[in-house]
Amino acid sequence: MFDHGEASALHIARAVTRGEVTASAVIEAALARIAAHNPALNAFTDVTADRARARAAAIDARCARGEPVGPLAGVPFAVKNLFDVKGLPTRAGSKINRELPPAERDSPLIERLEAAGAVLVGALNMGEYAYDFTGENIHDGPSRNPHDPARMTGGSSGGSGGAVAGRLVPLALGSDTNGSIRVPSSLCGVFGLKPTYGRLTRARSFPFVTSLDHLGPFARTVTDLAACYDAMQGPAAGDPVCAERPAKPAVPALADALGGLRIATAGGYFHRGLSPEGHSALAAVAAALGATREIEWPEAARARAAAYVITCTEGAALHMERLRTRPQDFDPAVRDRLIAGAMVPAVAVAQAQKFRRWYRDRVLALFEEVDAVLVPATPCTAPRIGQQTFKLDGVEMPVRANLGIYTQPISFIGLPVVAVPVPLTPLPIAVQIVAAPWREDVALRIAYALEEKGVAAARKPARMGH
Amino acid sequence: MPTPELDDFIAASARTLELPVDPAWYPMIPANLEVIFRLAGLVAEFKLPDDAEPAPVFRA
Repeated sequence: MFDHGEASALHIARAVTRGEVTASAVIEAALARIAAHNPALNAFTDVTADRARARAAAIDARCARGEPVGPLAGVPFAVKNLFDVKGLPTRAGSKINRELPPAERDSPLIERLEAAGAVLVGALNMGEYAYDFTGENIHDGPSRNPHDPARMTGGSSGGSGGAVAGRLVPLALGSDTNGSIRVPSSLCGVFGLKPTYGRLTRARSFPFVTSLDHLGPFARTVTDLAACYDAMQGPAAGDPVCAERPAKPAVPALADALGGLRIATAGGYFHRGLSPEGHSALAAVAAALGATREIEWPEAARARAAAYVITCTEGAALHMERLRTRPQDFDPAVRDRLIAGAMVPAVAVAQAQKFRRWYRDRVLALFEEVDAVLVPATPCTAPRIGQQTFKLDGVEMPVRANLGIYTQPISFIGLPVVAVPVPLTPLPIAVQIVAAPWREDVALRIAYALEEKGVAAARKPARMGH
Repeated sequence: MPTPELDDFIAASARTLELPVDPAWYPMIPANLEVIFRLAGLVAEFKLPDDAEPAPVFRA
């Protein structure tokens, strides 16, 4: 019996390619799961059923003719609703953007996944304009954590984390400016990849902070994560940040032995504020990898501060006209930070960008000595929806701004990261595997080894049965 | 608590930038600005050489 909800993306693709199941049956099952579970999870804001059925039928016709159907044949996937989807306004979690005309063309990342045989089934909930770590949305309602729907998914790619953890789809795409892939990966307990800044094109997606914006995938297995990533790589027009680098497939080397890789943990900043669960997860991952060395990561707190300044000011610049004309239509929590950001003197931004280069040089020097660094993804497991504060090291702190304290210093200089979920009970929490620029392959190999050892896993939510 | 100087700064900035600030949501603006200025100060106090290049590089 083919378990549609639990099957990995590559299991689905193999079954479709061999004729063991039709793409149409796979997509009907995905649409049925979305209909059954989305009312509780609120992951999807749009379901593109007609388009998905037509696409699946075309794949089945190709199969019947004996034609190649691609490495992701029949795999249902969904995208954060800041990706352009032909025929839908790109709402980016906002009220204002849903008045935009429908997108005329899909994002190139959607086009590349569909060229590989995958089938888009819809668009996913997110924090307004991606300025969020909680997964809450005042217009569409909060994304809900499949492990406990009263808890946050994390954000801003909350629907992406919830849809994959909740078995609605095996693959989803999100964006990550300061942690918006890695935070929901951690709170929802799924694998997430934030590639190197400039690796994947951001063309035809709604921006937030172009200095820091990345796009990337979520999956329940490392092989699915790598296969999805591989299908999206390569230069593309329309994003000046996208590197002119040829695709460097990660799947073929995933199972290579880790012998020779120098893996360390980072102390200091990355241990402050960390919950007992976060410490347990980090210790389990480090022990499984034999990572006994602890390095000193330079100036992480200042890096987070500089990322914060660039984020609020570039975000304000992007939304200035909307703030002037339609302030009442924003989520107040987003609007108030953007208005404050608009008032920040430019000298602060210039200094933050200069510091960024200094910091990059220092951190890259670390990667002369090590190949990967393990750091926490979030300070704690999923807070309750609506929770305003939590205690970090006994100090009451705002949840919204502080869920990303460990992710911001990493994305600030665009390092590739795989967030690996450690299936603690009752709630999962992730560890970041950070590699040198353009070495996603290293982070993915380590993630794969952790999955093989059983230390990292996207455990099925208990409430969904076993 | 926002200082009178910060209140003056916000009022002047809002007028100059033509940003409407409703009294109902005003209290969150100084609260956010205080956080941003504290973090910007952390960056500003870090000594960098005069020839330090900003991170983005534009190529004609």
